[in-house]
This record gives sequence, structure tokens and C-alpha cells, in this order.
Amino acid sequence: MELLSNILNPWNLLAAFLTFAIFSFLYKDNPFYKFAEHLFVGVSLGYSTCIIIFNAFIPKVVNPIFTDFSHNWHLVIAVLLGMMYFFRFSSKYRWLIRFPMAIQIGFTAGISVTLRMDARLFKQLKFTVMPLDNIYTIIVIVGVISVLIYFLFTFKRKGILNPLAKLGTIFLMVGFGATFGNTVMARISLLIGRISFLLKDWLHILE
Amino acid sequence: MKKRIPLFIVFLVGMLMIIQFFIPHRLSVTFYTGFLNWFTAMVLFALIIGIGTLLNRHFKKIKRKDDDWGFSIVTITGFFGMLLIGIFGGIGEGTLFMKLFEFVLTPLQATMFALLAFFIASAAFRAFRARTFEASLLLIAALIVMLGRVPIGDKLTFGFASTLTEWIFRIPNMAAKRGIQMGIALGMIATSLKIIFGIERSWLGSDD
Repeated sequence: MELLSNILNPWNLLAAFLTFAIFSFLYKDNPFYKFAEHLFVGVSLGYSTCIIIFNAFIPKVVNPIFTDFSHNWHLVIAVLLGMMYFFRFSSKYRWLIRFPMAIQIGFTAGISVTLRMDARLFKQLKFTVMPLDNIYTIIVIVGVISVLIYFLFTFKRKGILNPLAKLGTIFLMVGFGATFGNTVMARISLLIGRISFLLKDWLHILE
Repeated sequence: MKKRIPLFIVFLVGMLMIIQFFIPHRLSVTFYTGFLNWFTAMVLFALIIGIGTLLNRHFKKIKRKDDDWGFSIVTITGFFGMLLIGIFGGIGEGTLFMKLFEFVLTPLQATMFALLAFFIASAAFRAFRARTFEASLLLIAALIVMLGRVPIGDKLTFGFASTLTEWIFRIPNMAAKRGIQMGIALGMIATSLKIIFGIERSWLGSDD
């Protein structure tokens, strides 16, 4: 009885239907797949919007303005600037959207320069050469240098640079292979997760 | 004015963001946090524009009765349904919003990505031919990692596959990733500087 109620649970039925609808694409494109695909787009967009509203916009913008206006009045300017994005729909004043865009692009570009330099360049360099106490660190150093040489297109590679670039290709191919293998296994584990839902959580065929 | 002021704003904000990073002072942190909140306030409106564009496309499709226009209704209903349920019912644990997340969005997302397993396998079967030395390396590395990531593969190779997988990830893969990441970082820094100094202006658009 409990098993039947679990199978007929509307939420489980819905999840199972959507799972089968997506898998039906393996046969060929069909209305069930299209339904699930379009639903996915709409629902995920609605979900993301709600998350941004509740987890970012309300706590960081709305609440500070309404609870402590004297210290957060400047956020009203940000909201007004954000609203300038709506000028996109006006052919006469469309150019005004450049102002909010300028602030966002300037902020992102400025942050990119410093944070990327720190996290993606200096820290990566530091952890590439440290600790310099075993053969593997030396292999990594050689690998990083050779990969960087492979991507050197400023001038024509000559002399020692050619074999180093070739070595870079070897490191890259092994890296791409590892990434590919890992991606396949990640997808396989998602597949196992869906099969597990169908056979274990929903139908209770597997224990 | 239509282009010079935005270019000046980009320069000013970009430079302020670079300078504040090198000043370890409370005021500098407050300034950064304040700007981050400004950014958050504006992101929502940018998102609304993006959503508006998507919905507009679907509304047009319905209006013109294009092929598969009925599915556009599904997208619009899915979006507004989820949005209104979230706004009026809340997004906390035990709400209808979370139920929909668990039983609609999660199965859809997980199955969609699981579906890719079949297509990746099929594409790999067609594309991966060990014609050259480099292609063989890619193939071997992928096979070792796939074997090393499952218990049966590890059993079949007496634990060798997982040990080799770990080594591949720690040494050659890390070297390749670091090289690529550094290249990307240098590219992004150069592009960011070009935007800040007004050399790269494509974001301004072509009109006016």
C-alpha cells in the first residue's frame, strides 16, 4: 500500500514524467521532449529571478534602504541607474542605457584586473613553483612553461621554442583527455542519479 | 556627450576599483562593498531586460502562430508560475517553490545533463581516432581517467587506474590547466585595461 502511494505520489509522478520526457529524445525529437525543454527554460529562469530577488536584491538593496535610509540613500541612485536600462525600449533615448552599463563594465573591468592578476596569475605562479622539493613540481613547471610557449603567437617560433611548444601540446592533450574523461564520468553519475530515482526512490525496485 | 561621458565613467570606476585593491583600509573596503551593492541593484534590472527580450520573442511566436508556438506558452507559464509562487509563497524550506525546485527543476536539469552522457559517448566514438600521437595521448588519458573513476575499473586494473588518474590530475593536467588559466588571465587583464582606457568601445554600440 505504501509502495503504491509512493508510486502514485503526484510529485514523484511529475518528476518521473519529466525524466522520461527528456530521455525520450534518445529515440528522436518529439512533443514530450519539446514540452520538457521549454518548461526547463521557463522554470529555471523563474527560479534564478526569485533567487536573485530574495538572496541579493532584497537583503542588499531593499532592506538597507528601508531600515537605515540615512546611511544607504546612495542605493536609491543605483536603483534609478538600473532603471535606466528600460530606455532600451525607447528609440530616442536608447543611448542612456550606456550609463548603467558604463558603471557595471567599469566595475567588472577594474575588479578583473586586480583580482585576476592576484588569483589567476600570481597565486597560480606561486603554487606552480612552490614547494620546489620534488621532481613533480619540476614537471609541472616545465609543463606550464611549455603550454604558455605553445600559446605564444606574437612572433614565429624558432629554435628551442619549437620542441618546447611540442611538449606543451603533449601536456595539453593529456589535460584535455583527463578533462574529457572526467566530464563523461560526471554525466554518467548524473545518469545513475536519475536511474536511481526511477528504480529506487520512485518504484522501489532497488533497495 | 552620448559616448564620452560613459567612456569617462568606465575609466573612473575601473581605476577606482584598481586603486582600492591596493589600499588595505577600512574606508577602501566600505567603498568596495558599497559598489558591490550598487552592482547588485543594477544587475536585477539588466536581468529584467534579458527576460523581457526572451518573453517578447515567445509572445511574438504565439502571436504569429509560428511552428511549435504552443510550447512558447509552456515557457511563459513556467516562468511566471515559478516567479509568482516564489514571490507570494516565499522560497524557504517546505514551500511550494522548493517543491517545484526538487521535483521539476532538478529532474529536468539532471536528466538534461545526463542525456549528454550518451551524446558525448557517441561523439567520442566518431571523433576519437588514434590517428596521431597527440590524439592517442588524449584517448589514453581519457580512458585511464574513466577507468580510475569507477570501482570496477579500479578492480580490473588492481588499483593502478585510480593511482594513475590521481597522478594525471595532479601533474600533467594541472600544468596544462595552469598554462591555460594564466593565458586566460593575461587576456582578460589586457581586455579589461583596453576597456578602462577606452581602446575597446564595442560595448557602446554602433548607433549615435
